Amino acid sequence: MSADDVTAAFADGPALVPYVVAGDPSADATETYVEALVEGGADVIELGLPFSEPIADGPTIQEGIRRALDAGMTPARYLDLVRDLDVDVPIVCMTYYNLLLQYGEGDGVDAFVEAAADAGVSGLIIPDLPVEESTALEAACEAHDVALIFIVAPTTTPERIERILERASGFIYVQARMGTTGARTDVSEDTYESLERLPEGDLPYAVGFGVSEREHARAIVEGGADGVVAGSVFVDAIAAAESVEAAADALREKAAELSAGIEDATRGEAPEPETTK
Amino acid sequence: MSRRETATDASTNADDGAGKFGRYGGQYVPEVLMPAVEELTDAYERYVLNNEDGFVDDFRERLRDFGGRPTPLGRADNLSERYGLDVYLKREDLLHGGAHKLNNALGQVLLAKYMGKERIIAETGAGQHGTATAMAAAYLDMPCEIYMGRTDINRQRPNVFRMRTHGAEVNPVTVGSGTLKEATNEAMRDWATTVEDTHYVIGSVVGPHPFPTMVRDFQSVISEEAREQALDQLGRLPEAVVACAGGGSNTMGAFHEFVDDEDVALYAVEAGGSGLGVEASEEYAPNSASLGTGTVGVLHGAKTKLLQTAEGQIVESHSVSAGLDYAGVGPELAHLVDSERVTPVNVDDDAALAAFHRLSREEGIIPALESSHAIAYLEHYEGDGPVIVNVSGRGDKDLDTVIEESEKRDLEEAPDMEVFRA
Repeated sequence: MSADDVTAAFADGPALVPYVVAGDPSADATETYVEALVEGGADVIELGLPFSEPIADGPTIQEGIRRALDAGMTPARYLDLVRDLDVDVPIVCMTYYNLLLQYGEGDGVDAFVEAAADAGVSGLIIPDLPVEESTALEAACEAHDVALIFIVAPTTTPERIERILERASGFIYVQARMGTTGARTDVSEDTYESLERLPEGDLPYAVGFGVSEREHARAIVEGGADGVVAGSVFVDAIAAAESVEAAADALREKAAELSAGIEDATRGEAPEPETTK
Repeated sequence: MSRRETATDASTNADDGAGKFGRYGGQYVPEVLMPAVEELTDAYERYVLNNEDGFVDDFRERLRDFGGRPTPLGRADNLSERYGLDVYLKREDLLHGGAHKLNNALGQVLLAKYMGKERIIAETGAGQHGTATAMAAAYLDMPCEIYMGRTDINRQRPNVFRMRTHGAEVNPVTVGSGTLKEATNEAMRDWATTVEDTHYVIGSVVGPHPFPTMVRDFQSVISEEAREQALDQLGRLPEAVVACAGGGSNTMGAFHEFVDDEDVALYAVEAGGSGLGVEASEEYAPNSASLGTGTVGVLHGAKTKLLQTAEGQIVESHSVSAGLDYAGVGPELAHLVDSERVTPVNVDDDAALAAFHRLSREEGIIPALESSHAIAYLEHYEGDGPVIVNVSGRGDKDLDTVIEESEKRDLEEAPDMEVFRA
């Protein structure tokens, strides 16, 4: 898998991009969960590599990260886990910059990207690395054919959007609302405004932050998105389930539900989306 | 705004963003915050560097009338005799609120007001920065919310009451160890949600550019005064300036105007806690000595020296002094250490407690446990003076901790309190 495979995953219609934390609650469980998500209709898997200070994440994912760290997840074990995965969708790694800097000896950033590519990671999302600080990572991603995915926020100015589009590859992660990650019960008006501000381009736009229901997925795709990212709703399901099997079933069902929402929109049969601020 | 060049000293790395000090600094924050950080940089340059709308004059006037500046530089006669050298104390403990924190909090809340922001948030560890921010917000009529870890709330109750008394909301943070690191994470998350009308008053020379430079500029009034006072009272510059270092705001404040005076040695005294190094298996460091023992990484918006595991997880730090208990340090200070302009040293919990009692008994000044680290370093100082020690705050807030910790250790310097126990 390579950087282009990430973009290609959006080619056959809007894509579903679920997120779980690797190692929550164990590496073996994560393998099972990823398979269940793919069975449920995932087109790309966003797999979190846990960092102790997740400033872009809300309470749900913070707790998932804490469970994974307590269970012993490390960057090396994460890459082993990715290597062992037997799924044919691209794996995108979401983590924080310090873990890349510390990887291996010497230039951690390049060493990490090389090892990640070798393990089968096709893309990276680093939420605490704005485009201005990304020169080293961009070079490493280019050298090892890994997509560098940036987030566009409701506050991102047109000048910044241009700067981000110049450097991004894979897809653009459109942050649907202010704040941190976390499941919500509505679709933010910011989503539609954000999508309208984005120029037509070569890269797909996937919307995340707060997506948890079939209606959200439908509304987002009808708003013009090329994909739907959902994380906290899956991390919640993992926390609530009594066993790995029960969690896998819940993830499969939730992924299928969100896929159905995407289908509702692409068939164009559904009523106008109801939104609240 | 001061004698030295105050435009950001941060040189630009060829390929990276703004606010670099050598290899440190930068702006490692989520995209949602970048426009706010750019807006703040612009406001910092206009109001603080270029005195637009008379901001700097307004700030200086308020520091005098509300804060009580200038603070004195006084000779510590008994300590001078003990060490056989002239020891001078820069008395930031006499600033309104009892610590240097007001210099920064007042500057930032006033700046937020000039920027048209409508709400103030801040993180706090020991509660000193939270208290200073709550005071400044009350004084300047701004709504204020403070994030504070649950553990810190329990061990710093008087400061919680002070913040509440000034009308600030105090939001407990229960995740992790419930200390400064978690409170900072939570304040950044609030800011990511409310950035359009809210200013985040960071409490030290840490965080994304422009905070490290801006907070240093607000705090450098300490060294600006101390340098003039030294020339005036001693007729010369000191041989050394000694200040404690946690995040590093009193340190940079006490050092900044002396950085170009190459003959003045600068000692940053870190918390040695109960031992140096990181217990990798425990994800714990029994100290807060990131300058002396940390490794380079990114935390809370900046590249700096950190206490972390080999894999890059940030560890819990420790110090008997809550205000020094932080796994990171300001990027400019890290750079000044790398370039050998600042010497990092450390003092352990026991020595800091002994220094607390020494200054209280011999000079009639109860220092903050943070500042006690700087005073304790005099025991190891080898020059022949004169030396300026920054007394960054007063220690009334620490009395419960000091009595408890002194009894635990059976410290000979400590007074016997047993008879007064209920």
